[in-house]
Amino acid sequence: MLFSIGIIGVLIRRNAIILFMCIELMLNSVNLLLVAFSKMHANGVAHANPSLASDAQVFVFFIMVVAAAEVSVGLAIIVMMYRNIHSVDINFLNRLKN
Amino acid sequence: MWVIPALPLAGFLLLALLRNYLPKHLAAFIGCCTVFISLLAATYVFYNVKAGNTHVAHYFNFIDVAKLHIGFDLKIDQLTAIFLLIITGVGFLIHLYSVAYMKEEEGKNYAKYFSYLNLFIFFMLLLVMGANYLILFIGWEGVGLCSYLLIGFWFTNNNYNNAAKKAFVMNRIGDLGFLLALFWLIAKVGTLDFSTADHKGVFDLLDQLNSFEKTGITLLLFMGATGKSAQIPLYTWLPDAMAGPTPVSALIHAATMVTAGIYMIARSNVLFSQAPITQTVILWIGAATALLAATIAMKQNDIKKVLAYSTVSQLGFMFLALGTGNYVAAVFHVMTHAFFKALLFLGAGSVIFGLHHEQDIRNMGGISKKMRVTYITFFIGCLAIAGFPPLSGFFSKDSILLGAFEQQHYIVYGIALFTACLTAFYMFRLLFISFHGKYRGTEAQWHHIKESPAAMTIPLIVLALLAAIGGFVNIPTLFHGKLSLTAFLSPVIAMEPVAAIEHSTEYMLMGSTILLVLVAVLLAYKMFKNYQYKEAAGLGKTLENKWYIDEWYDRIIVQPLLAVGGFFKNIIEKSGIDGLVNGVGRAVNYSSRQIRLLQSGQIGVYILMMVIGILVLFIVQLFL
Repeated sequence: MLFSIGIIGVLIRRNAIILFMCIELMLNSVNLLLVAFSKMHANGVAHANPSLASDAQVFVFFIMVVAAAEVSVGLAIIVMMYRNIHSVDINFLNRLKN
Repeated sequence: MWVIPALPLAGFLLLALLRNYLPKHLAAFIGCCTVFISLLAATYVFYNVKAGNTHVAHYFNFIDVAKLHIGFDLKIDQLTAIFLLIITGVGFLIHLYSVAYMKEEEGKNYAKYFSYLNLFIFFMLLLVMGANYLILFIGWEGVGLCSYLLIGFWFTNNNYNNAAKKAFVMNRIGDLGFLLALFWLIAKVGTLDFSTADHKGVFDLLDQLNSFEKTGITLLLFMGATGKSAQIPLYTWLPDAMAGPTPVSALIHAATMVTAGIYMIARSNVLFSQAPITQTVILWIGAATALLAATIAMKQNDIKKVLAYSTVSQLGFMFLALGTGNYVAAVFHVMTHAFFKALLFLGAGSVIFGLHHEQDIRNMGGISKKMRVTYITFFIGCLAIAGFPPLSGFFSKDSILLGAFEQQHYIVYGIALFTACLTAFYMFRLLFISFHGKYRGTEAQWHHIKESPAAMTIPLIVLALLAAIGGFVNIPTLFHGKLSLTAFLSPVIAMEPVAAIEHSTEYMLMGSTILLVLVAVLLAYKMFKNYQYKEAAGLGKTLENKWYIDEWYDRIIVQPLLAVGGFFKNIIEKSGIDGLVNGVGRAVNYSSRQIRLLQSGQIGVYILMMVIGILVLFIVQLFL
């Protein structure tokens, strides 16, 4: 549910900074989901394949790292955008039109 | 042996390639020389064959596919030898004649003319020297092509071009039948060779065909012959072909090309003898054509048209002979017809040349005083074609009539006899109107008329001699003759022995023929001695307009074909195919414009697209 809120927010929002917040929201919701499912299925999976028990939790770390990197780059892009058009409204980015 | 066709081919190549640079006399020299040397070679070959040496030469494998092997073979036997002499002999005389006739052409066209003539001789020689149906067909098509080229020689005139096209297209229609017959032969017998040493030729394997196939093949071959040799229904091209120069008419449409059909059927005599239904068909079509053409010739006003219809009529006689199984008589008539028809055509050409290209006999008259040699030779030609003894036409025509009578085709005999009378009538009508009476042109023109140059009169004299004595090669037993031609051709042409009729009946038939012909000539003399042109009416008008057959063909065949063509052009081509091609273009244009709108440049829309795409992939992988 958090994921879906994040998606809708990305589609609707005009302000670039809020857009990034929604993206962060999506990433973190995914983290949450992974951990939860890992705990939920831990008993059943361990019988079949021992290493799978805490696979998802390891993956969460990767996602957090990626999120951090991506936020830094994204904020840099927003700063450049502001310097060029003096606004953070994404509707002004239509130079690729036609 | 290959020298014979190779020389005219070399002549053609030389003349065609160098025609812009050759002076007139050199072009004429090359053209005539090649044919003359071929003539010498042909005479040598003839004597060889007479001594009994027939010859087949295999040059290279022409077609070698699966089980079908057709070689490029040339063969000389008795039938070929005779035709070789006719072609090269008459051909050479006509080349000589053309030297003077075409003098007014400029150098380029002069050389072009001789190159076409040489090419024609080459193809005709190939036709008669082929050892299988395929080589014959190559020559067949080639002479059709040369006919087109030569008829439309003065190509600046659109009417001439149409005549040339008509000749070629009608020829082609006949060729369709010929090709179908060839395919059938290949399918059933597996070979096209006439007859080979190890008995594998078509004529040796005839037992493999049942009678339906024999009839079918021969009918299709005959269809080819009707196109080439101008029988009903494919004869209308020949009168229009008079648009070409007169020597062309003499060569192609009197002596050689139109006899190709006769040659082909004579060559295949074994096959045709076993298909009696086809023979009846040939017989009746030949008789009908002879009669029809003779009636039309009676009312024509152009010298060459009369002679053209006369050719069609005489060809009808030849096919009549073929239909009765009398192949030797047909070949005999080919020979004599080549002589006197070429003579008549060249004589007409001499008249046209002397009167500065006047072809309408209504404007002639009384020329005999001014052009004596032409008159005398033309007169001899008329006598020959009418069948006066002892000229050649008498013997050949009589053997045809006799053959019809012996086979008890009495109605056909009657038709042939009547047509012979008509022949005499219209030929002498032509003679009297053109040469006797009072000159119907102006006084100034009368002064300009003089006899043609020697290059033209010498061939006339030679041909007149041949027309006069040519009949003596096949004197029937009636006159204690030896039937030399029949004996000569007997290895090639198998004639069934016929119940001979009594000598007295023969005498009576001959006598009645001569008498009727004489009556016809006298009638013509009385009617046309002092000719004044009157507008034709009634039956005469119909005859003058060729029984309106051309108009019928136009209405029934040509106009519907043009309409179909127009339909295809306007509806299917313009609306259909063009619409389709243009439509594709327009559709692409439209769709591109619509899709362009997607590129709004707004990243919100782009992200939406991305999300939608992921969703779609999700759903799809759920189902698959």
